[in-house]
This record gives sequence, C-alpha cells and structure tokens, in this order.
Amino acid sequence: MKSFKKIRTRNITVLTAVLMFAFMVTACGSSKDETKAVQGSGEAYRTLDEIKESGTINIGVFSDKNPFGYVDENGEYQGYDVYFAKRLAQDLGVKINFISTEAANRIEYLQTGKVDIILANFTVTEERAQEVDFALPYMNVSLGVVSPNSNVIESLDDLGSDKQVIVISGTTAETYLMKNYPDIPLQKYDSYATAKNALENGNGAAWANDNTEVLAFAQQNKDFTVGIPTLGSQDKIAPAVSKGNTTLLEWINAEIEALAQEQFFHADYEATLADTYGLDYEDSLVVEGGK
Amino acid sequence: MPDLGLDVLLKGQNMVRLLGGLGVALRISLLSVLISLPLGILIGVVMTWKNPVTKVIFRIYLEFIRIMPQMVLLFLVYFGTTRAFGWDLSGETASIIVFSLWGTAEMSDLVRGALISIPKHQYESGAALALGKAQIYFYIIIPQALRRLIPLSINLITRMIKTTSLILMIGVVEVLKVAQQMIEANRMSSPNAAFGIYLVVFLLYFIACWPISLLAKYLEKKWR
Repeated sequence: MKSFKKIRTRNITVLTAVLMFAFMVTACGSSKDETKAVQGSGEAYRTLDEIKESGTINIGVFSDKNPFGYVDENGEYQGYDVYFAKRLAQDLGVKINFISTEAANRIEYLQTGKVDIILANFTVTEERAQEVDFALPYMNVSLGVVSPNSNVIESLDDLGSDKQVIVISGTTAETYLMKNYPDIPLQKYDSYATAKNALENGNGAAWANDNTEVLAFAQQNKDFTVGIPTLGSQDKIAPAVSKGNTTLLEWINAEIEALAQEQFFHADYEATLADTYGLDYEDSLVVEGGK
Repeated sequence: MPDLGLDVLLKGQNMVRLLGGLGVALRISLLSVLISLPLGILIGVVMTWKNPVTKVIFRIYLEFIRIMPQMVLLFLVYFGTTRAFGWDLSGETASIIVFSLWGTAEMSDLVRGALISIPKHQYESGAALALGKAQIYFYIIIPQALRRLIPLSINLITRMIKTTSLILMIGVVEVLKVAQQMIEANRMSSPNAAFGIYLVVFLLYFIACWPISLLAKYLEKKWR
C-alpha cells in the first residue's frame, strides 16, 4: 500500500514536469509562429492611416531619464525625446498617449504593437535592427573623456603609461579602452558616484564614459573640461517602429527630413538639453535631417 | 540634519502624484486580494479531496505559479497574450490577473495546510455527536482553520501589496515609479533626493500594510 502511494506521487511529479516542459517548448516555439501570424493579419501594429483614424498615437518614452524623457513636478512628460514626440503628434494631427517604458521592454512593446513608436533614447544596433525598424537618427552618442583644467587630456595617444584613466566597470568605455588602448592602465569603479569621487580626488588623470555623461559632469563642475568630446565609434539614436510598419516609418523619415528646414532638433536641444550639456557641443550631439 | 532632498516632494504636484501612485498600487493589490481570498479558500477545500484528477490539476497550477517569478508571469500575461491571442490588455488588467492567479494559488495552499492540520479526532468527535458533514465543517473545522489562517494570509496580503513594485515593468506607473521619476527629474537640482524620497516611499508602504497587521491582531484576539 505504501509503495503504491509512493509510485502515485512520483507519477504525479513526472506528469507535472512533462506538462511544464511541453508548455515551455510551445511558448518558445510560438515566438517564431507569431511573426507569420502577424504578417498574415497585419494586426500587431497600426498603419499610419489606422493611427490617424483612431485620433491617438501611442508613443513609448522613458519617464525617468532626465533630460531625454522624464516627468516634471506637474506630472507632464518633458525632455528631448518628448519634445520630438509632441511635434510628431502635432503634425500627424492626433492626440498623444505617452507610455512609460523601461530599457528592457522597449522591443517587446513594439513587437506586440502596444506602442506605435518608441522614442526612448534608443541606440541603433544591428541586433535591435533585426527586431524593430529604425527611422532616421536624430542624435549622436559616443564616448568622451573628462580631465581637470590643470592638465587637460586632449588625446589618449600622448597620455604617458604612468597615468591612469578612470572607468566604470561594465560600460562601453571600459571595453573600448581595453581593446584599443591596452597600454593605458585603467582604474575601475563600480558606480558613477565612486568614479566621480576618484576623479575629484585626483586618483586618475582622466575619466572616460559616455560623452553625454562626461559633458554633463563638466557642465556642473567648472574645474573640469571635456578634452575629448567624441571617442571611438559614433552611435546613433533613432525612433523605432514595429518591424514591417513601412507606412509609419516612411512618414517619420519624411518628417525628420522636412524638419531639417527649420533646424528643429537644434531648437529641441536648446530647449531641453542645453542646461545639462551646454551649447558648445550642440553640433556634435544633434543630428539634423537624419544626416 | 543632512539634506534629504525632501523639498522635492513639495514641488508642484509631487506629493499628490506620489499618493496617486500608492493608490494605483493599493487598488491593484487589494482588488486581487478580494478575488483571490474566496477563490483560494474554495480551491483549498477542493485540494483536500482525495480525487486524483483535481489533485493533479491544482497541483500543476500551484507549482507553475510558485516556480515562475512574478516578473515572468507579468510579461507572459501582458505581452504574451497579445502575441498569442491578440488581446490588448492594459497594464493594470494584466497586473490584476497575475496577482489574482498568484494570490489564489498561494491562498489555496495555505487553506489546504490549515484544513489538514485539524486533527482527525475533531471530525470523529463531531460525527459521534451526530453532526452532519456540513455541520462538522461549519461549526468545528472552519472556525479552527480560520484562526490558523489569519497570520498566514496577512503575510500573503502584505506580500501582494509590496510586490506591486514590479508592475512598473509593464508600464503601470505606481508609487515606486513615481518616486524614480521624481528622483531623476531632480537629478541636477537635488542629487540627494533619492534618500528622502525612498524614505517616504518606505513610510507609505508601512502605512498601507500596518492597518492590515492591526486588523489581524484584533481578529486573533477576538477569536481566541
């Protein structure tokens, strides 16, 4: 009797495991099938006409990335991306519904059609371009190096091998320097705050990070200068739409090209980013007309 | 006193926004609690049956929900249902579904545990007094099981309230997201605001969960 019971409970466990495994397999398998289903019905995303007809466009933005997309003290969305989003909606003649996205779920939002456009500081990469369609870029990002005014580093080549450069572990700056300047000794820190302290205390000769970060730092700390505002490969930031949503993509591209006439993104920069990054770097950060 | 950046809370609508965020979190969690308590009790009773079919079905349900991280469940319901069936659930609806599924599963296991912990002689004594099956449950078993359930279910309810901090991942702006928004919006003007604002968020969660603990204490005393 006892062994009977044992066998039965074991059977139940095995059955549970099998069913779960089956569920997972079908769940994984469905991600391939659904692209087909999407193309067949055209349901996943809304075309330009459907958006116009509904009178509202859903745009995914960051709600906590000052100054690109954030919410001000009155609960209003603000920032560089939001400024552009508002213009898009205005020219399309529709109302705008902002959706707060996180870095980790931006692609998912587009693939399920829960937003029409993502305007969330979205860097164009090859991997992402396979999942979503990027429109023309509207901003540049790359690495930058900030150093004290007393000894401004303007090129990494004339940095002696006895001088250390501060980086934050896990950032693009770290990988780039290790690959391209293996002779430069790096001082690695885990967080923004510790790296900042190290630079202020003079532990390293310079600090390499995303150029928007070092520019913002130099803007706040007048004792430091960004000697190298752009280093390494330039990355572009662009709006993204669901894969295959060509009507919307083409409209956005035409809009970005047309907006170059009035230097729209320069106005956007001056309204939203100038306080953080200063006016000196406007031309190196802004991309006008997709070029 | 160090600068905690509490002045950020007094700017514009900030305090109202934070309380509104708490309202969203409480609405979702309490609605889910209201759905999961009765369903959980029902399923818990069913789980004590000796029927192998119901046993397997609810066992799979329970294990599935327990093994899956809540975050995965949220993504599955919010994005997965759109991919699979084309349902366009709102973030809030998806959260209520996930929290109800989770709450029901955990509650049913608690109820099952409480019911089987009642010693067999309680049933037998009832039967010896010529009580019917329903009477035994109503007058003897359920009152005792209920008392054992209170601390456990209070624990579950407060856990459900606190876990709403995950729903910001599916676009629902609740109290923690509002806090992050405020910290980031004032990154330059008050860099220390994170301390003060998280402290206030902590207090808000405490204020939300404390009355539930008090109620539990009161009920435990009353039903002793």
